[in-house]
Amino acid sequence: MTKDTKTINITLKVWRQKGPRDKGRFENIPVKNVETHMSFLEMLDVVNERLTLEGKEPIEFDNDCREGICGMCGAVINGIAHGPERAMTLCQLHMRKFSDGDTIAVEPFRARAFKVVKDLIVDRSPLDKIIQAGGFVSTIVGGAPDGNALPISQEIAEKAMDAAACIGCGACVAACPNASAMLFVGAKISQLALLPQGKPEAARRALSMLQKMEELGFGNCSNETECEAVCPKEISIANIARFNREFLKAGFGSSEG
Amino acid sequence: MPLDSKVPGGPLAEKWDRHRFELKLVNPANKRKYTIIVVGTGLAGSSASATLAELGYNTKTFCIQDSPRRAHSIAAQGGINAAKNYPNDGDSIWRLFYDTIKGGDFRSREANTYRLAQVSDNIIDQCVAQGVPFARDYGGLLANRSFGGAQVSRTFYCRGQTGQQLLLGAYSSLSRQIAAGKVKMFPRREMLELVLINGKAKGIVVRNLITGEFESHEADAVVLATGGYGNVYYLSTNATSCNVGAAFRAYKKGAYFANPCYTQIHPTCIPHSGEYQSKLTLMSESLRNDGRVWVPKNAGDKRRPNDIPESERDYYLERKYPSFGNLAPRDISSRSAKEVCDEGRGVGPTGYAVYLDFIEAIERDGIEAVRKKYGNLFDMYENIIDDNPYETPMMIYPASHYTMGGLWVDYNLMSNIEGLFVLGEANFSDHGANRLGASALMQGLADGYFIIPYTIGGYLAGKEPSELKADHPAFQEATREADERVKKLFSIKGKRTVDSIHRDSGRIMWEYCGMSRNEEGLKKALKLMQDLREEFWQNVLVPGSDSDYNLSLQKAGRVADYLEFSELMIIDALERRESCGGHFREEYQTEEGEAERDDENFCHVAAWEYDGYGRPPLFHKETLTFENVELSKRSYK
Repeated sequence: MTKDTKTINITLKVWRQKGPRDKGRFENIPVKNVETHMSFLEMLDVVNERLTLEGKEPIEFDNDCREGICGMCGAVINGIAHGPERAMTLCQLHMRKFSDGDTIAVEPFRARAFKVVKDLIVDRSPLDKIIQAGGFVSTIVGGAPDGNALPISQEIAEKAMDAAACIGCGACVAACPNASAMLFVGAKISQLALLPQGKPEAARRALSMLQKMEELGFGNCSNETECEAVCPKEISIANIARFNREFLKAGFGSSEG
Repeated sequence: MPLDSKVPGGPLAEKWDRHRFELKLVNPANKRKYTIIVVGTGLAGSSASATLAELGYNTKTFCIQDSPRRAHSIAAQGGINAAKNYPNDGDSIWRLFYDTIKGGDFRSREANTYRLAQVSDNIIDQCVAQGVPFARDYGGLLANRSFGGAQVSRTFYCRGQTGQQLLLGAYSSLSRQIAAGKVKMFPRREMLELVLINGKAKGIVVRNLITGEFESHEADAVVLATGGYGNVYYLSTNATSCNVGAAFRAYKKGAYFANPCYTQIHPTCIPHSGEYQSKLTLMSESLRNDGRVWVPKNAGDKRRPNDIPESERDYYLERKYPSFGNLAPRDISSRSAKEVCDEGRGVGPTGYAVYLDFIEAIERDGIEAVRKKYGNLFDMYENIIDDNPYETPMMIYPASHYTMGGLWVDYNLMSNIEGLFVLGEANFSDHGANRLGASALMQGLADGYFIIPYTIGGYLAGKEPSELKADHPAFQEATREADERVKKLFSIKGKRTVDSIHRDSGRIMWEYCGMSRNEEGLKKALKLMQDLREEFWQNVLVPGSDSDYNLSLQKAGRVADYLEFSELMIIDALERRESCGGHFREEYQTEEGEAERDDENFCHVAAWEYDGYGRPPLFHKETLTFENVELSKRSYK
């Protein structure tokens, strides 16, 4: 809004799929006079209002907070999960990043473990199931000691926070050639393995989360680093390395193995 | 009928302890015989679900999103208050209580607010135990920062993502209980009806958003933790799915709605830019620790901010409120911004923005120190506005953010409907007419972790576990109502989209029932809203079908609720002939333009009862009594 308002004309090549059993196809939708200060999702809103008035079905897409933190939105834009900008969710992408005359391909996050619900919406509940397999500290309300009873060095707290910043959007899975969830799992394992609160269960957690991930149809990690490249929160693949160390420790060093 | 708040007797500081002792307990072996429904998985809902399940209750938890990790608590940036007094700057439970009750302009219930301050310390301990990575100082101890409305440093934080980390903490406890089989999780469900049997809350009817099917769920008690109604203004900092639906359904079944006119307009949001805009983005209040708010002294000054000399700038918050300055509470800061913009001194292309300037902090502490504290917020601003806030001051303007009003609850957080409990932003009790920063997270978690687990036991104890089946006629009736409403929305096939009507209704509310209100405007809004509601039911166009995922249909139901609910808000604002907190009635102000309370006539909670479609609601009053604080003029000068 500080710079001049500009408009562009684009063509959306957007994935339409009625439901999980429908085959799906691309549909071309020309969109005129897109104000470049719009966000990508606001552009889709405008398209959807038009489709509605034309008696057609709007493009369904997941979204909620529209400020990059809830992890609900996401689509593959011109082949890149969440679009061309680094460290950004789809809802934060603005149309000023595109040029007049562009054709923009929009597809759902694709992975064996994520079924398409409709159009751009996929079912990411397998990520919840991985957390349920051990992504927590087994503490209950009532007995917590004073928050300052356990000093944690600033460096460790900051590293744990880096890992904890994951928003669970699934872009890492969509970007991975193996559709692996290793970055997602590695981030949670790292956060809890770094902190003293998480250490008692570290071995069991690493084993059971990995097992659950494989069981749900996610692939394995072959160090492609595509996940890190698309992660809107810039979660580092160092977390996968830390996960691997935890896994090895669990295998060799504890009774859990 | 006077409302009984069920506040226990005895000295303020002993009430909660005493009440916990007097509450009946449910034998551990019997807890598994009871089923509790929790709707919503924000801080209040997740923490309640996890904790009730830890205690042994069968818990059924519902959320509208695809996962319980996404509720809008996740977007809270700044922090969570607690009376730990770690910085040794004079904090105490009493001071947190007093700041909160004064911040709420003496319109909250004293005993609830005190209890909130009392359990605040336990919340921090619980979150640390879960592995929430709070910011720490060099010695490894928990760090604090300052927030609006307080002169002590009591806010705990995780960078600019405190809500996210606290929610993921609660979500992790919830996930553990899901794995243990104690919580059955139902994502992508929207509650459409509350089911009462013999006057007691016994279940809900939800719509499965993927299949479009209605589902009935029965329970021994229903807990609503469904958030606030800030999207009544269309543009707000809330997530797009935030809605008043569940609370409004409960209202229509007889639950009283308390103080709906108390809404919070947050002072530091990115200003509005165009018609297509779908939301307003909040910039954390923590920015006001180091940012200085100003506008040009002269109306119509169109120079670039850096070209305006010091002598021609008006740092209006520092001028008007020297002791709190840029950290004046939210309602006051917002209103002041509106005032200077109405005087023609606003900045930016629309004239509805003020500057938030970091140049002094950058010169004092260095650009790196500022980047470390606020880097992610500055990046977010630059991405949206396409301007660098390290060089040019940010532009901000107030936006709808939080709602203090909500369903009426007693000290046990139970509504006037037996067995219906309401937590977090969805209830009305703790923040009065204005909420202080970093207190919403505190209240959500206090209610969920530390209050409902006790008080629901007191309700269930001695009651036979329900043997209800969801095929009871009351469920069939509720399903029929929900189904009829959906069919009706489809049948209209008009010419206006749901969003376009919501934009209009939001504009009416913002104009006449927003940051300042007057009788004439409110009366006008009432008429406009009734006309718009009529138009909606004759001319809305809902595309698609009702047997698969259809966001337009979901939104249509929510907007229908907002159109009706808006009227309730306006009536409440009309009836409250005083100014207090976020409710500023222009007729009631001091010569200096500050809010003027009328304690003699309005020191009460206004609780409204539904009396049928299109009929004015019935008024009930809970008189607020203050035994421990003196009602003073709220001054931040």
